[in-house]
Amino acid sequence: MFRYYLGLALRSLRRNIVLTVLMVVTIGVGIGASMTTLTVFRAMDADPIPQKSAQLFAPQIDSWGPTDNPSEMEDKLEDQLSYIDAMALMHAQRAHRQVAGYATGFALTPENPELKPFKADARATFSEFFAMFDVPFRYGRGWGSDEDLARAPVVVISDELNQKLFGGADSVGRSINLDDQEYRIIGVMAPWEPVPRFYDLTTENFAKTAQVFLPFNRAIERQMRSWGYTNCADRSEPNWQRLLDSSCVWIQFWVELPTAKAAEDYRLWLDDYAREQQRSGRFSWPAYTKLRDFKSWLRNEHVVSHETRLLVLVAFSFLLVCVLNATGLMLAKFMGRSADIGVRRALGANRRAILAQCLIEAGVVGLAGGLLGIVLTVLGLIGLRGALSEQLVQVTSLDLTGVGIAFALAIIATIGAGLYPTWRASRVQPAWQLKAQ
Amino acid sequence: MLEMSHLSKVYRTEVVETHALRDFSIHVREGEFVAVSGPSGSGKTTFLTIAGLLEEFTSGAYRLDGVDVQGMNDDARSRLRNAKIGFIFQAFNLIPDLSVAENVEVPLRYRGFSAAERRRRIRQSLERVGLAARRHHYPAELSGGQQQRAAIARALAGTPRLLLADEPTGNLDTQMARAVMELLEELHRDGATIVMVTHDPELAVRAQREVHIVDGQVVDVAVEPRLLSVAGASARTRF
Repeated sequence: MFRYYLGLALRSLRRNIVLTVLMVVTIGVGIGASMTTLTVFRAMDADPIPQKSAQLFAPQIDSWGPTDNPSEMEDKLEDQLSYIDAMALMHAQRAHRQVAGYATGFALTPENPELKPFKADARATFSEFFAMFDVPFRYGRGWGSDEDLARAPVVVISDELNQKLFGGADSVGRSINLDDQEYRIIGVMAPWEPVPRFYDLTTENFAKTAQVFLPFNRAIERQMRSWGYTNCADRSEPNWQRLLDSSCVWIQFWVELPTAKAAEDYRLWLDDYAREQQRSGRFSWPAYTKLRDFKSWLRNEHVVSHETRLLVLVAFSFLLVCVLNATGLMLAKFMGRSADIGVRRALGANRRAILAQCLIEAGVVGLAGGLLGIVLTVLGLIGLRGALSEQLVQVTSLDLTGVGIAFALAIIATIGAGLYPTWRASRVQPAWQLKAQ
Repeated sequence: MLEMSHLSKVYRTEVVETHALRDFSIHVREGEFVAVSGPSGSGKTTFLTIAGLLEEFTSGAYRLDGVDVQGMNDDARSRLRNAKIGFIFQAFNLIPDLSVAENVEVPLRYRGFSAAERRRRIRQSLERVGLAARRHHYPAELSGGQQQRAAIARALAGTPRLLLADEPTGNLDTQMARAVMELLEELHRDGATIVMVTHDPELAVRAQREVHIVDGQVVDVAVEPRLLSVAGASARTRF
C-alpha cells in the first residue's frame, strides 16, 4: 500500500500546487534557519581530536586564594598555571605524558632575499607535545627530551611556513633565522589545524596553529615573552625573573592519562601537591585544584559561546513556529479533502488507512521541505562566512551527517506538523460528509 | 440479509435532541430490491448510513448478513463494509483526481486483492456497466450518467452482498435516470440485493417492495408494487 499512498500523495500535492508550495517553503525556511545555526554549532562543538580526547586532561591550581581573587573564571580557578606550578608538574612526571607551553613569537628573517622579514607565531613547548596530540609530520620528527634539557636551538615548522619559505620541499636540517638566532629545522608538520585550537584557548578559540614550535626551556632561556594572556593577582607587570617566581598564570598545561585510574591517581596527587604548597607556606588557603577532562575544558573555556547557543535556540524556536504554520496549512488541506476521505471510508478504508495516507503525504512535504532546507542551509553558510574565523569557515560545511539531520528534522517536523491534521482527517465522519452532499 | 429491530438514532447537541430514527424495524431478504421512500428529513439517509455501517445507532439491534454489528470497532466495521456492501451515491462521489479504473480500484485496494485480481475485477465491472472504453477517463470527462455508471461499477467491483443506493438518479436527467434504473433492475435480476433510498414515487414503484418512512419511523410497506400496479391495484399494509 505504501506505493499506492505515495502515488496518491503526489497527486494530492499537485492538485493544489499553491498550498503545497506554501507548506514546502514554510518547512524549508524553518529547516534552513535551524540547520544553518546547528551546522555552525556542530563545527564549534566538534571534538578536534576524537581519537585521543578521552585521555587528555588539563590540571588547574588555585595559586591566588579566595581573598581578592581577580579571576574572571566562573569557579575562580584560572585556566593557566604559574611557571612555578607548571615546572613542578613537569618535573614530577606523574602522567603518562605532560606538556607545558605558551604562545610566543619571533621576527623571522627568510633566507630568500625576495621575502621580507615577518612576525612568526610560535609555541614554546615540550617534546611530548607532538606525541600527546598526534601531530602529523610531513618531514622529519619532533625533538626529544635531550633537546628539551639541552635547550637546543631546534624547531618544528608548520606545513604552511615550509611552503612559504622552502616551496614545500623537505627543509629538515636547514636553518631559519629567528630573532637573529639560527635554529635548525628538525621537523615539518603536515597540515594540522585543530578546530577549536584546543591546546591554547586563551586568546582565540578558532585561531590558526603556530608556525614555529621550539623547546620550552629554550624559550625561557631566551626570555621570550608570552604572546598570550599573562594574568597576575596584583595586576603589576613583573620583570622576567619576577614573572618566573610570581603567581602570575600564563602557561597552558596538559596531561595524558590513558586510564580512569590514572586520572583518579593524578587528581589525588594534584590535590596533594596543592596541600604541600599550603604546608610550605606558599599558599595560605586550602588546596583548590581541578583536573578537567577534555569536554569539560572546552565548556569551561566557552568555546561555544552563550550567544551561539542562544542563536540555536532562537532558530529552533523559529522552526517550531514554521511547524505550527505548516500544521495550519495541512489542516486546511486535509479538511478540504473531507469529502474524498468520507468516500474512502465508505468504500472500506479504516482510520489507520486514512492516517497512513495522510502521514505519507506529510512525509513527502517533509522531504521536499528538507531538500529546500538543505539548499537554504548552504546559502546561509555562505552568507555567514564573513562573520566566522578562517579556521571555522573551513570546517563549517554541510557534511553527510548534516544532510541526514536536515532530512530527518524536516520529516520529523512535517510529520509532527501533520499529526493533528491527520488525526482530524481520520476522524472525518463519512456519514456526515455523504449527507452533506 | 439486512435486519434492523427497534432501532433508534438520536443526535444530541447541548440544546437539542433530534430523533432521526425511532423504533425502526426492517427486514430485507437476500435478492430483494427494496425502495425506501419518504419526505425530506424523514430519516431515509440516516437509515442508509446506519445500514452501510457508516454511522452507529443509539439503541436497538442490527444484523447484516447474519452478523450482529453492535459494538464492532472501526476496523471490523470497515472490513465488513468493504466486503459486504457497495455504495451508490446521489452525487456519484467519484474521486476527481483518479481515473475511472482507479476509482473502481479503491475498494479493491482496501480489500487487499492482488494486482492481477484487481485488474480482472475492474475490467469485469466496467464491462458490466458499459464503460470499459472509458477506463482511463477522469470523472470530469464523463457525463452525469456515465459518472453514475462508474460509481455503480465501483460498488460492484468487490462483489458485495448488498447494494445501498442513495437517490441514485437524483442528479440525472430523465433519459440517464432511466438507463441507471434499468442497470439496477438488471443487477437485481442477476441476484443482487438492493436497497434504494428515493423520494421519487415513480422510481419507488419499480422496486420489489417499498418501505415508506415518516419522522424516522416505517409507516407502511407496499408489497410488490410493480406487480400490483400492473394489476391496477395497490395493497398497503400498516407496519
